[in-house]
Amino acid sequence: MKNLIKEFTKGLIKENPTFVLVLGLCPTLAVSVSVANGIGMGIAATFVLLGSSIMISLVRDFIPDKIRIPCYIVIIATFVTIIELCMKAYSPVLDRALGIYVPLIVVNCIVLGRAEAFACKNNLASSFLDGLGMGVGFTLALILISAIREFLGSGQILGHTLIKGFEPIFVFGMPSGALLVIGLLLGFFNLLKNRKT
Amino acid sequence: MKNNLIVSGSPHIHKQESVSRIMWTVVLSIIPAGVAGVIIFGLDALWVTLVAVTAAVLTETIFEVWTKKKITVMDGSAVITGILLAYNLPSNVPLWLPIVGAVFSIAIGKQVFGGLGQNIFNPALVGRVFLMASWPKYMTTFVKPFSYDAITSATPLAVLKEGKILEHISYLDLFLGKRGGCIGEVCILALLIGAAILLYKGYISWHIPATYILTTAIFTYIFGAKQLFHGDWLFHILSGGLILGAFFMATDYVATPLTSKGQIIFGVGCGLLTAIIRLWGGYPEGASYAILMMNAATPFIDRYTKSRIYGLR
Repeated sequence: MKNLIKEFTKGLIKENPTFVLVLGLCPTLAVSVSVANGIGMGIAATFVLLGSSIMISLVRDFIPDKIRIPCYIVIIATFVTIIELCMKAYSPVLDRALGIYVPLIVVNCIVLGRAEAFACKNNLASSFLDGLGMGVGFTLALILISAIREFLGSGQILGHTLIKGFEPIFVFGMPSGALLVIGLLLGFFNLLKNRKT
Repeated sequence: MKNNLIVSGSPHIHKQESVSRIMWTVVLSIIPAGVAGVIIFGLDALWVTLVAVTAAVLTETIFEVWTKKKITVMDGSAVITGILLAYNLPSNVPLWLPIVGAVFSIAIGKQVFGGLGQNIFNPALVGRVFLMASWPKYMTTFVKPFSYDAITSATPLAVLKEGKILEHISYLDLFLGKRGGCIGEVCILALLIGAAILLYKGYISWHIPATYILTTAIFTYIFGAKQLFHGDWLFHILSGGLILGAFFMATDYVATPLTSKGQIIFGVGCGLLTAIIRLWGGYPEGASYAILMMNAATPFIDRYTKSRIYGLR
């Protein structure tokens, strides 16, 4: 039981996909303009991670080793298509905001990385918790980055103005602002890691 | 007698120069341009400069205390960064703007990379571009020269960019600085006095400034007008931040190539990029972007212009 909880919590901070494993930076850089986008992307990726981890862990004994990557991709693409169509149907605004980055979850390194590194070797329960932990960790990282960017870049959080008279720093709404914020946060997390050891 | 017999490794002959001596000479050599800026735009220009310098020095101190590094404020490099940043701002900006810019210049542009000697970009230009991308409305309204109040005027290059016809402005006006622009870039005469000091002392070589200005001149002469070979090259040399950039920012020791061959490539690249941005780009002036882009290319230039080791085939 203790091990199972560990599989879940490791994705949050100790092996956080964005700040420690440094995977899936492409969607992180692109969609973290606003917190709403960040949450949407995080939920979509978590759903795909969860689904693919469960599926792959269930069929891991039937897939021949040589063609495992194409098999994983087919499974992942199925879940991505599900979430994409759902998003188009129920939240067209978010779908338009995220654009190409929803279908691109197929090639998100976190999803394939967990499939290859974890789900194909572990049983259903631990794969489920691993996928969930990684997804939640990714979502938290996205929320942190997009909250900083949205606040500095437009003076708002989720569309609410926080401080009156604050003049937005436009650069944080641009791609260069994303690189700046992620670079500084990575440095900060490395600092924490070095302090501990 | 005993002291003359010290055994030490090479080099055995050295000049009495040090980083801080060079830096403080550079500070002295850019002061005339600032004095000219204060005369042209009024006391606002002085406050902006002082605030930027203070913020830069304080940021450097705080960062080095925080990271437990040696305090290097006295070598004057932070002072130069502050001055150069202020020289790249209009005189009528709100005073928090130079503070934010200086903090960004020193913290992100310099200290994050490891301090003086490690930065890959010119810190002052990093700060300027950050401010330009963040608050364009403050960075592109300029005070009319000698009006000392809120009458704004566009820079000659901005007027040209909008496709309007320039009201009569003589080359002498441009040379002496009677035009809208940033604090330190307008008075070419004062900048050239400072540049002469640096060239005479040998702190900068002619390679980068000469090739930079020459390339811009040739390129704007060829492509500057509707007809080929009819461009107003003298106007392009005398306006914008070209002279300030060529002598004081493109010659930064840290972020520019080491060999003279590399420096010529660097200068030509800066000149081409500046002219291209001015003639066809989205911004009226491109000197800061040109220098930053060439800063990014410096490691490659250095790699391909490595000088041959003496005695090696």
